[in-house]
Amino acid sequence: MARARPIAFQNARLVDPESGYDGPGALVVSGETIVDVSKGKDFSNLSGDLQVIDCAGGMLAPGLIDLRVKTGEPGAETRETLRSAAQAAAAGGVTSFVVQPDTDPAVDDPSVVDFILRRARDIEAARILCAGAATRRLKGEQIAEIGLMREAGCVYVTDVDHAIVDSRVLRRVMAYAKTFDMAVAHRPVDPWLTRGAAATEGEFAGRLGLPSGPAMAERIGLERDLALAELTGARLLVDQITSAGALEALARAKARGVKVTATASINHLSFNELDIGDYRTFAKLDPPLRSEDDRQALIDALASGLVDIVVSAHAPAPAEDKRLPYDEATPGGVGLETLLPALLVHYHDGRAPLIDLLRAVTLAPATFLGLSSGRLTPGAPADLVLCDLGAPVIIDADKLVSKSKNSPFDGRRLQGQVLRTVVAGKMVYRAAE
Amino acid sequence: MTAFAPGIDDVRARTFPFPRRHFLSAMDVNVVEAQQLLDLADGFVALNRQTTKKLDLLKGRTLMNLFFENSTRTQASFELAGKRLGADVMNMSVKTSSVAKGETLIDTAVTLNAMQPDLLVVRHASSGAAALLSQKVGCSVINAGDGQHEHPTQALLDALSMRRAFGHVAGLTVAICGDVMHSRVARSNVNLLNILGAEVRLVGPPTLMPAGAEHWGATVYHDLEKGIAGADVVMMLRLQLERMQGALVPSTREYFRFWGLDREKLKAASGGVKVMHPGPMNRGVEIDSDVADDPAVSLIQDQVEMGVAARMAVLASLAARLDNH
Repeated sequence: MARARPIAFQNARLVDPESGYDGPGALVVSGETIVDVSKGKDFSNLSGDLQVIDCAGGMLAPGLIDLRVKTGEPGAETRETLRSAAQAAAAGGVTSFVVQPDTDPAVDDPSVVDFILRRARDIEAARILCAGAATRRLKGEQIAEIGLMREAGCVYVTDVDHAIVDSRVLRRVMAYAKTFDMAVAHRPVDPWLTRGAAATEGEFAGRLGLPSGPAMAERIGLERDLALAELTGARLLVDQITSAGALEALARAKARGVKVTATASINHLSFNELDIGDYRTFAKLDPPLRSEDDRQALIDALASGLVDIVVSAHAPAPAEDKRLPYDEATPGGVGLETLLPALLVHYHDGRAPLIDLLRAVTLAPATFLGLSSGRLTPGAPADLVLCDLGAPVIIDADKLVSKSKNSPFDGRRLQGQVLRTVVAGKMVYRAAE
Repeated sequence: MTAFAPGIDDVRARTFPFPRRHFLSAMDVNVVEAQQLLDLADGFVALNRQTTKKLDLLKGRTLMNLFFENSTRTQASFELAGKRLGADVMNMSVKTSSVAKGETLIDTAVTLNAMQPDLLVVRHASSGAAALLSQKVGCSVINAGDGQHEHPTQALLDALSMRRAFGHVAGLTVAICGDVMHSRVARSNVNLLNILGAEVRLVGPPTLMPAGAEHWGATVYHDLEKGIAGADVVMMLRLQLERMQGALVPSTREYFRFWGLDREKLKAASGGVKVMHPGPMNRGVEIDSDVADDPAVSLIQDQVEMGVAARMAVLASLAARLDNH
């Protein structure tokens, strides 16, 4: 097969969180890697047979890396397949994502990791990585085959939405995973306080008569998880921090040198509990939406770097699972296609510099996963997104690429249109003119 | 405003088109509309006491009672209200039928909607279920209780009982006592009583008081006697006996000791105090029989009678709106 022609991206606004550069420039991709980067000006000496793309001042950044994506494969392919998720990712400028192990069967055994990674190899639209279960069947009782799953290629372990209730089990998972340098992602929550809850406790949930749990449950859970991380020396990934109280606990642990990385979901950065409105189940999420004070604290924590990583928390659910009474509806929303424009809100609002926001979806997750992507450096993988930062978009859930259309952003007016997405040097997405 | 004996013409004259297609929350009406509904209900009380109770205001209309939760009295009340107004009434107890076969609420709603009902009365265990259903049907939906959210016709009948006892609702001090957290009756009453200008207090142990209740337009008390001090109306709420398991209250006897209403504690209230209860009562748990059965203070039997009249008012008003559209 003939090698693809090298591509030169000229007249771009390069944003590279690794070097800290945000300014005009150009970049050349050859094969699967970035081969040359010009900061400050375009290449003037381009020669040979190459494709030149005029970026017209659009942002050229490393492709996004999303640490928390659910598909329905295996087990619930009507919700989302690995392929449909990859296509949604490409449309959203996400070039790598980590699928969660709460499938059917669960990814708690190396053969399922192998199955997913084999399927992923045939999909060009995005790089698909796989997280494994921390405990068998995600039941929080027996340690899963973490070592064997590591060998099979899994990148971290997590019981996803299920908190490991038994502290002794979580301690052993952490201690064991550390042997294999596997990070443990854990949802910070006291499950007793939030049992049966569909919303955050407060005036609003009280008026709606929704079963609710206090936001404090997150801080209680997080304090325990942080203490166990300190005890075992394991790498802890705090899976979706959402509340101001938990952020304070996180800051204290980081100051003490606990090996902890924290994620926030784009949903909790974008919505508060009032978005539930008149029982709008598309805003039913897990963890549930918090107060506006919590949301503001989360944006500040992202801007200050206390929160390291932003995830889409992509959780496809078909309409029949959403069009139910609120407490019966499945929580979660699709997010791969809306992650970038929703994140850019905080840039347009002047809450954080563009490069810092981009770091949370590129370099920071790449560093956490030990990937060489997430940066614009010669030799790095050519995973790129070209985005018109100012272009207005109205999110129309029906037009999403994802198989499921359960987007909490439906109808939202955002700014930032993905123009092109490149994975391993290949153009996997191009916006309609 | 006092109860006189109006004829059918009077009721017709008082009937007005309901402001909305559905009646889902006590907040669906403003103060004027609430007063109009109470006036209309007053007329029905008088008619209901006559030998010939049958009217033709809903003639040709179909009323469907769709109950996903068991409720003898509310269902009977709506059934009677519909029949007295001349509607064809159908009762669907869905708990034992299609829902058990995996049919969703919306599937059921769409199926029933195809049968062209005019009025759909819904009770469901989930908050917001009536609102969800109302988005999917072409008829008027009346919320007969959705989870822990609202039960607006109960609030209306309670207001009617109070107005008939005191002559007015505005200015009354009403203490709603007990399991506020799980009570849709409490939420609807707080909303409607605020609209009508009453002073509302919520009284109960902190474990049964929802977070933020102090922002609902009510004062929160955790001490029963302080909470009912000087109150004109003491409304006791039913304590579900399964609350013992959830570590919400230690025992029925301890609950009765501190939160149950008896003659002694009632002395703290105002001289002409009236006691109410949405029923069914747990005698000796939240209320002493001595108080509940005393016709001098108890409005509990009146509430049941007012229930039929208040629901007739709502049905007639919603049907009047249907006539116009």
